[in-house]
Amino acid sequence: MKLHEYQAKQVFADAGIPTPDSQLASDVDGVVAAAEAIGYPVAIKAQVQVGGRGKAGGIELVDNEDEAREAADSILGMDLKGYHVDRVLVEEAVDFVNELYVSVTMDRGAGKPVAMVSTKGGINIEEVAEETPEAIAREHIDPAFGMHPYQARKAVYDAGVDSDLARDVSSILTTLYQLWDDRDGSDAEINPLMVTSDGEVIAADAVMNIDEDALFRQPELAEMEEEAASGDALEQKADEYDFDYVRLEGNVGIIGNGAGLVMTTLDLVDHYGGEPANFLDVGGGAKAERIANALDMVFSDENVDSVVFNIFGGITRGDEVAKGINEALEQFDEIPKPVVVRLAGTNWEEGMEILNEDLVTVEQTLEAAVQRAVEYADEVEA
Amino acid sequence: MSVLVDDDTRVVVQGITGGEGKFHAGQMIEYGTNVVAGAVPGKGGQEVHGVPVYDTVDEAVEEENADASVIFVPPAFAGDAIFEALDTDLDLAVAITEGVPTQDMARVNKRLTETDTRLIGPNCPGLITPGEAKLGILPGNIFAEGDVGLVSRSGTLTYQVVDSLTNRGIGQTTAIGIGGDPIIGTDFVDALELFENDPDTKAIVMCGEIGGEDEEEAAAFIDDHVETPVAGFIAGRTAPPGKRMGHAGAIVSGSGTGTAESKINALNDAGVPVGDTPEEVADHIESFL
Repeated sequence: MKLHEYQAKQVFADAGIPTPDSQLASDVDGVVAAAEAIGYPVAIKAQVQVGGRGKAGGIELVDNEDEAREAADSILGMDLKGYHVDRVLVEEAVDFVNELYVSVTMDRGAGKPVAMVSTKGGINIEEVAEETPEAIAREHIDPAFGMHPYQARKAVYDAGVDSDLARDVSSILTTLYQLWDDRDGSDAEINPLMVTSDGEVIAADAVMNIDEDALFRQPELAEMEEEAASGDALEQKADEYDFDYVRLEGNVGIIGNGAGLVMTTLDLVDHYGGEPANFLDVGGGAKAERIANALDMVFSDENVDSVVFNIFGGITRGDEVAKGINEALEQFDEIPKPVVVRLAGTNWEEGMEILNEDLVTVEQTLEAAVQRAVEYADEVEA
Repeated sequence: MSVLVDDDTRVVVQGITGGEGKFHAGQMIEYGTNVVAGAVPGKGGQEVHGVPVYDTVDEAVEEENADASVIFVPPAFAGDAIFEALDTDLDLAVAITEGVPTQDMARVNKRLTETDTRLIGPNCPGLITPGEAKLGILPGNIFAEGDVGLVSRSGTLTYQVVDSLTNRGIGQTTAIGIGGDPIIGTDFVDALELFENDPDTKAIVMCGEIGGEDEEEAAAFIDDHVETPVAGFIAGRTAPPGKRMGHAGAIVSGSGTGTAESKINALNDAGVPVGDTPEEVADHIESFL
């Protein structure tokens, strides 16, 4: 789960990390009122969860009311890389002389957390990481002990941060690790950490991603999740149904169980000349209702021309799947989109007995099912 | 012959009184697995499927000589349950639980460097030595005894590939689902090493997926240390960068590694053919035998 910038900044500020004065606004007058309360110049920043907001026109620096109105008008309501902007953060513009980068994340290869510091912060950090990885100091942390104070200092010195800033930056890094650890972070990042002309450091942006699997013990952050929810209408519907769902560009709808097998089904659709419309994993042990919900999900995507339903049951039972498919399809006078079903594994024979074969096309193998669904989709397009 | 588990393995099921634990303990017993105990705090003295339940894993080891554990404990308590298994010095702990917080696994990972217990999972289907023992949730009926070792990051994809093999009369020595989480116990390299050292494993299937660099590391290991022929499969070729596909493992980062292309190239460079479809993987294995 990703927090919005304004939420992450609140979390950081509460922990004692310096952040610029800011207010959230959702209309032009609100932006102007906030800017006046804070004092010009201010930055107006779209609150959407995509990287590269600045480059995409989602952040503007303004000096007066006219500029603030104009910027607010253009940013609010804009479509930023597929996300609708309905709120902006109005923030004190920081007069900076340098931009640093600090972060804490899980290094999955090493299986332990890593703290990172660089003096090359700012919008090009990805390029820095790619082209001059040595410009980012990395310090692995033993999760059993947490970050030792010397490790924070070492990362800061290794990165080449000015010695008169070292104390402040290592203190911020220590706090950031503590937050990451206490709040079950997957990533905690400040980029840029701005250095002002009078030698102050201040978090001009804030990223805080939380491990979804740990939200049960982070009730405060779980409450922020509702506000943080984003994505298109179908992805929100998938959240309601609690499906792992990703919408794609094609027209062959895909439903299956288990991420690896569903991805394989996508790959096979592509392999046989079709284009996958989505990734939808019903998870393990899905009952009939969940199966019916999955069909409802995929039917509501207007791009979908045919559906392939591939279940290899381990803990998922074929009879439950068949019941769910029948329930979902029997409510239609006419099936909206052709559905191809392939059932294997636990209770597949029982499933085949239950399945109403007037409503679906049955195939015995994954390959055949995918090919059939691709054919159906091609027929609709033709 | 097999790796890790056989009909001598003495299994304790942690969480045997819960819904999943009870059901799958029953399935394991039905398959012929030697389930000797359950361990659930506060449930000591009960019996499930005729198997005695103890309050601690320690007691299960003391009383029943358990040497392997299968963990069906809800995510909030799974990290603790894994620690209990590791601290009891079992030979093997298999964590089925999906959704264990990553930071809990980072602590477990640290502990693994200090113990001889091997961990498989979490978020995995477990492992099976056909005809002898099954530790986990894999559907036993699709497996057959034979001489192919299989290691996979994804449960249902494992079943798909096994089904293709078994339908051709190609059985398995042992199949191991290592799980798709960012931090896991046994990884591809560990499993490949086990199969390489097993005289009865004549060919190996390795099913990977996008995300992380485990497949690339496995390819390097195969190049240097594995004589047994390996065929591969990589799920997620068509996944767009930056999108999370299901469980935590399956995400491609924007940069070079972790993509299907990088993994397939690494495997091909190590002499491992990668099938475009599960059936093609079975074709490769058939040609090895």
